[in-house]
Amino acid sequence: MGSSRADTIRGNRAFSVIAHHWAAFFLLIFIVIFSFTGKGFFRITNFQNVIHLGVIAVLMACAETFVIITGGIDLSVGFVMGFSSVTAGKIIQVMFAAGEGTPPAAAIITAVAAVLVLSLIPGLISGLLIARYQVPPFIATLGMWGITNGIALKISEGFPVAMLPDVLTKIGNGYVFYFRKGTGISLFGLPEGVGNESIREFTRLIPNSFLFLGIIVLILWHLLRNTTFGQHTYAVGGNEDAAIRSGIDVKRHIVKIYVLSSFIAGLAGIFNVFQTGIGNFTPFGAMYELFAVAAVVIGGASLLGGKGSIIGSFVGVLLIAFLENGLLISGVEPFYRFIAVGLLLIIAVVIDQLFPDFL
Amino acid sequence: MKTNLLRNKNLLLEIGRRWALIFLFAEIVFFGLSAKGFFSIRVFQMVLFFGTTVFLLGTAELFVIITGGIDLSVGYLMGFSSIVSTKIIFALTESGMGDGISLLLGIVLTLLIGLIPGLVSGLMVAKLKVPPFIATFAMLGISHGVSELLIKEGAAKNLPHLANAIGNGYVFYWSSGVGFSMFNRPQVARGVFVLELIPNIVVIAFAAIGILAFLLKRTVFGQHTYAIGGNVDSAVRSGINVDRHLVKIYMLSSFLAAISGIIYMLMYVTGKADAGASSLLDSIAAVVIGGASLSGGKGTVWRTILGGVIIAILETGMRLMGIPTFDKYIMVGIILISAVLIDQLFPDRTYTDKEES
Amino acid sequence: MKSEYLVETRGLTKRFGGLVAVNSVDFYVKPGEVVALLGDNGAGKSTLIKMISGVHQPDEGSLFVMGEETKIATPMDALSKGIETIYQDLALAENLNVYSNIFLGREKTKKALGLFKVLDHKYMFEESKGILKKLDIKIPSLRNNVRSLSGGQRQAVAISRSIYWNAKCLIMDEPTAALGVAQQHQVLELVKSLKDHGIGIIIISHQMHDVFAVADRIVVMRRGEKVCDLERSKTNSDEIVGYIVGSETVA
Repeated sequence: MGSSRADTIRGNRAFSVIAHHWAAFFLLIFIVIFSFTGKGFFRITNFQNVIHLGVIAVLMACAETFVIITGGIDLSVGFVMGFSSVTAGKIIQVMFAAGEGTPPAAAIITAVAAVLVLSLIPGLISGLLIARYQVPPFIATLGMWGITNGIALKISEGFPVAMLPDVLTKIGNGYVFYFRKGTGISLFGLPEGVGNESIREFTRLIPNSFLFLGIIVLILWHLLRNTTFGQHTYAVGGNEDAAIRSGIDVKRHIVKIYVLSSFIAGLAGIFNVFQTGIGNFTPFGAMYELFAVAAVVIGGASLLGGKGSIIGSFVGVLLIAFLENGLLISGVEPFYRFIAVGLLLIIAVVIDQLFPDFL
Repeated sequence: MKTNLLRNKNLLLEIGRRWALIFLFAEIVFFGLSAKGFFSIRVFQMVLFFGTTVFLLGTAELFVIITGGIDLSVGYLMGFSSIVSTKIIFALTESGMGDGISLLLGIVLTLLIGLIPGLVSGLMVAKLKVPPFIATFAMLGISHGVSELLIKEGAAKNLPHLANAIGNGYVFYWSSGVGFSMFNRPQVARGVFVLELIPNIVVIAFAAIGILAFLLKRTVFGQHTYAIGGNVDSAVRSGINVDRHLVKIYMLSSFLAAISGIIYMLMYVTGKADAGASSLLDSIAAVVIGGASLSGGKGTVWRTILGGVIIAILETGMRLMGIPTFDKYIMVGIILISAVLIDQLFPDRTYTDKEES
Repeated sequence: MKSEYLVETRGLTKRFGGLVAVNSVDFYVKPGEVVALLGDNGAGKSTLIKMISGVHQPDEGSLFVMGEETKIATPMDALSKGIETIYQDLALAENLNVYSNIFLGREKTKKALGLFKVLDHKYMFEESKGILKKLDIKIPSLRNNVRSLSGGQRQAVAISRSIYWNAKCLIMDEPTAALGVAQQHQVLELVKSLKDHGIGIIIISHQMHDVFAVADRIVVMRRGEKVCDLERSKTNSDEIVGYIVGSETVA
């Protein structure tokens, strides 16, 4: 009798472990299924592709993770990204074209620096509105959504900012390792004297974008998990009153959170310029911010705040990305991805309801 | 002296609470001075004509927002309904049915189908306790995907001419010589002036909005909507079936999105998946400019329409002045945020009954 | 034969796992009587109240309402039997005005154009005014949102709401806890006025001052059991405190 009860408890516990890491389990299951249904799914090149294409989604989800843990929401990330991409593109375009004297490197570095500073502004404004003037996060960032979108469209005049130096995509779409039997390994580019036509003979490992993304995600993970800043973020979302009473400057912290979110969105814009070689504004139907929120929620966060992690959100993004990629490779209509993500979201929340935190 | 001060303060408060009206007035004066041909019946009708989407979706959003929720899916449900109605009507006319009856039947069926997404998100919100943001975003994804799949089998068009006649027609026409006529544009030679009054779709939209305004303001249903947004616990303890009511609210919202999808179909004689994709900002802005609060319990239909008119005039005025629509997004964003800030300055009105003091 | 007791419990017992929260308690309240229910935290007073108001089901013992043995399965059940609980959070919709709150969930409608049911604001306003007047409650205007009222006024609205809907027995959970001194006084005055209208009232309170100001009878619980049941006039606060902390033993 006693032992059977212990068994059920143990069984329940095993079940709830699965339930708590269901996103990771789903990810594994998807990978297994698509390996059978999709030709060329289970290949390193495809996996690298998924991550390369998912870079922006990962950054967005990281930005959203911090905000959602404080109990807020940032609807502006998608358009802040567009704003930053367009602005960076415009600066490079102007400098690059203006004088033969400006080398591409100088133009790019100036643009990156300028955009990183500029991208703090939308977050600063929404943060101040939310923290100091009690504007609901949804409204403040929806306002920013409109404003940054309008500015991005104005700067680009409704067209992508093109005619940028090639070096951008060389970096953005390059790999860390290039490898061919006989030639050996070279770093960050084809070996000297090998033409672009033979690029297919090389095994390319670790996209540059993945390297940079890894560094950024690692820093953000550390920030959220191992620092007082991260601890306070959870505290603000868990119980704001308690946070105030324990001496945390909650208003200041919330401003910082939205600045951080907008900064990460700015970084995503820079990634976008490097990967596509043009400055893109964000189209209306892109819904980066909503997919980011979806990934964060799938990754175990609650919109009420106090819960969530960078790793969880990362898994959430991968789950969506592999689902889309797997469906595509398996020959399923791309439009099913919207439906699939919708269903995934519902599953996420329902599982979360069924298994409250008792571990 | 003191009473004077108090009266002045009250007067200021009363004016402040009507800031949206003052803003609207200022907007009209501004465009009247700077946009050529702004003061004309044609422009006025244009505002209402292109404003129908934001009026309807704003009203849909209003009901949800009063209960303390949010509906992200209205824009894509509008696109979904525009496609569904086009497909059904096309199929019916193909099968040999008359134009009029196909149109009517197609619209009725679309309205019925339009209830389903709301039923699903409502059940998720009420029974499964899924946050409205997530439930309606899931619904957004699903409706978007289904819309694209429907279009993939062939573009959503080939509607009978009658659809265009209704969608771009007017209730009254007048031209010299022919005089007044209703619904039918008089057959006159090219270049002869015809006065067109009241677009048909504006009548349809405002009929729906009028009914909803009545529902919210005057009925038990409306009262319970406010009560749920004000304090869910008290609503439950007062015996209101909150779950059921919430399901109804989300169904109402998707029903309104279906109406605006049908109107889109009539106006543009086609269906598009992203017909309402950009209207999320506009519709929520209209509600918030109209004084509603995202924490629920506040807001009225007419003030939401006022918010919608402000946005529609902004759009039309800028178009007349040749300003790119990019600036509209910036302006709406700024007005949206300002609305919340201004409302904080002017607390709710309090009454004192004379007979009791 | 009608009993003189409005609500009566006999041998009421409630266990939570191994814990006996309420142990065979006999308790009653008469019409027009104010009974104070006292006890330390965890003494079992709120469990007892929750059984009377239908939140919990007793494991043993019986419940009588107006002398008839009944089961109270849900809070709604309790309401229909005239037992109303005023919780500390009052359960008012702050965004609605006073009379809408009094009629919340039971709105009065009329036919407009003989077709649609619409809210009858005038009727609800007049009726609410009537009940407030009857209970001698003063509120600036019934058209004000509850949000603009003071804590004492909100309490008054919650109470008049239950009285309007024929509550016979009112359970008040810490009615004065969150109020200022002047407002506490208002609420106690209101309790006295309810008493004059023949309502039976059970007050849970920690404020000895309140208890002695309004209660007719004082019941103390300790560790799930009733340890005293005394007329107010025959005891004093020292004795009551003694029962609460356990230095006075069961007589």
